[in-house]
Amino acid sequence: MSERTYVDIEAELTDQPINFDEDICLAENVVYIKPQTLIDVPMHYCPGCGHSTAHKILMEVVDEMGIQEEIIGVAPVGCSVFAYHYMNVDMQEAAHGRACAVATGIKRIMPEKYVFTYQGDGDLAAIGTAETVHAANRGENILVVFINNGIYGMTSGQMAPTTLPGMVTTTSPYGRDVKTQGYPLYISNLLANLPGVAYVSRHSVHTPNNVRKAKKSIAKALEYQKQGLGFCMVEIVTNCPSNWKMTPKQSNQFVEEKMIPFYPLGDIKVPEGK
Amino acid sequence: MAKVMGEIIIDIERCKGCELCFDACPKEAIQLSDTINSKGYQFAIKVNDLCNGCASCALVCPDAVITVYRKVDKTKRPVKVIEIED
Ligand SMILES: Cc1ncc(C[n+]2csc(CCOP(=O)(O)OP(=O)(O)O)c2C)c(N)n1
Ligand code: SF4
Ligand code: SF4
Ligand code: SF4
Ligand SMILES: [Mg+2]
Repeated sequence: MSERTYVDIEAELTDQPINFDEDICLAENVVYIKPQTLIDVPMHYCPGCGHSTAHKILMEVVDEMGIQEEIIGVAPVGCSVFAYHYMNVDMQEAAHGRACAVATGIKRIMPEKYVFTYQGDGDLAAIGTAETVHAANRGENILVVFINNGIYGMTSGQMAPTTLPGMVTTTSPYGRDVKTQGYPLYISNLLANLPGVAYVSRHSVHTPNNVRKAKKSIAKALEYQKQGLGFCMVEIVTNCPSNWKMTPKQSNQFVEEKMIPFYPLGDIKVPEGK
Repeated sequence: MAKVMGEIIIDIERCKGCELCFDACPKEAIQLSDTINSKGYQFAIKVNDLCNGCASCALVCPDAVITVYRKVDKTKRPVKVIEIED
């Protein structure tokens, strides 16, 4: 349980009446608290960004499995380039798109450790396609957490391979025209066809229920890694309110109405007998 | 049924006012403040006492700034009286 103390400063800062029940706010009654392994600093992500939610659930899984000392992460290039500022586990930065190759090296030297990469769609499915596909094809025993927001967030909103048809980005100002700009890349489905791939599952983090499911899936994938089943990927379909030019609420609505019908949620591949 | 009481504490200095917790709350217990925090964000505040500690708000909060407490008051459990006939 956390040693952090909480001060009720809301009452001082607002005119709203705050009825703060001290009988309930006891350590034994905590049902949700920020995970210990998520470093207690403000994250640089935009308000409502799914990267933060994904970081949070990943660290919750690490906490719950008690593997903080046994897990090594590889950070990407993209908005989550500073993931190691927030995840209190051993981490290594990779060159843009090369996270799966770096993770391969780490896992082969230290097979007893859990190894994961955390990558955006531009990182994983554009510049890093080759590294991703070949790591999957070699059946590297790693977990890839794939954050699909359909855009290059960090560099201010260029079209990604995963951008939806018709979607306006800075490099597709009239909307993505599949005739000239190609079709969105179903990278998870592609990888699922490879024999070295054990588990591929697609989730979102825009509602409480989806957050629960995504978290369970990450835990499952790490469990499979422990059993040495092979390459596991958890795709999280999420938002980029800033570059989609939407409020966080609108962006989650877009995830629900546009992204999820295009990228249906659920297991794409599960290990045999699981 | 036992009475379930919930309470949330929001770390308002870390809140970015994204409002995602508002829709997640079945009790409409969270709204935006009139004032701002030191980062310049309006922040989430609790506006009623209906919270049942379901933790939905905390699950969707990207920045993990909500701590949720839940207490089950077992004394409120109604006792069913069964009469035994002989
Ligand atoms: C070799 C190289 N090429 C290009 C870039 C520029 N760049 C930085 S992040 C990025 C795209 C990131 O998009 P994504 O992986 O989807 O991450 P997001 O920010 O959306 O989470 C690009 C093209 C770079 N840093 N290095
Ligand atoms: S630019 Fe988009 S992906 Fe990057 S932090 Fe902001 S909302 Fe998130
Ligand atoms: S715990 Fe549930 S009821 Fe309480 S404020 Fe959060 S979402 Fe609302
Ligand atoms: S979801 Fe979190 S960051 Fe967003 S308004 Fe609610 S408490 Fe603040
Ligand atoms: Mg992206």
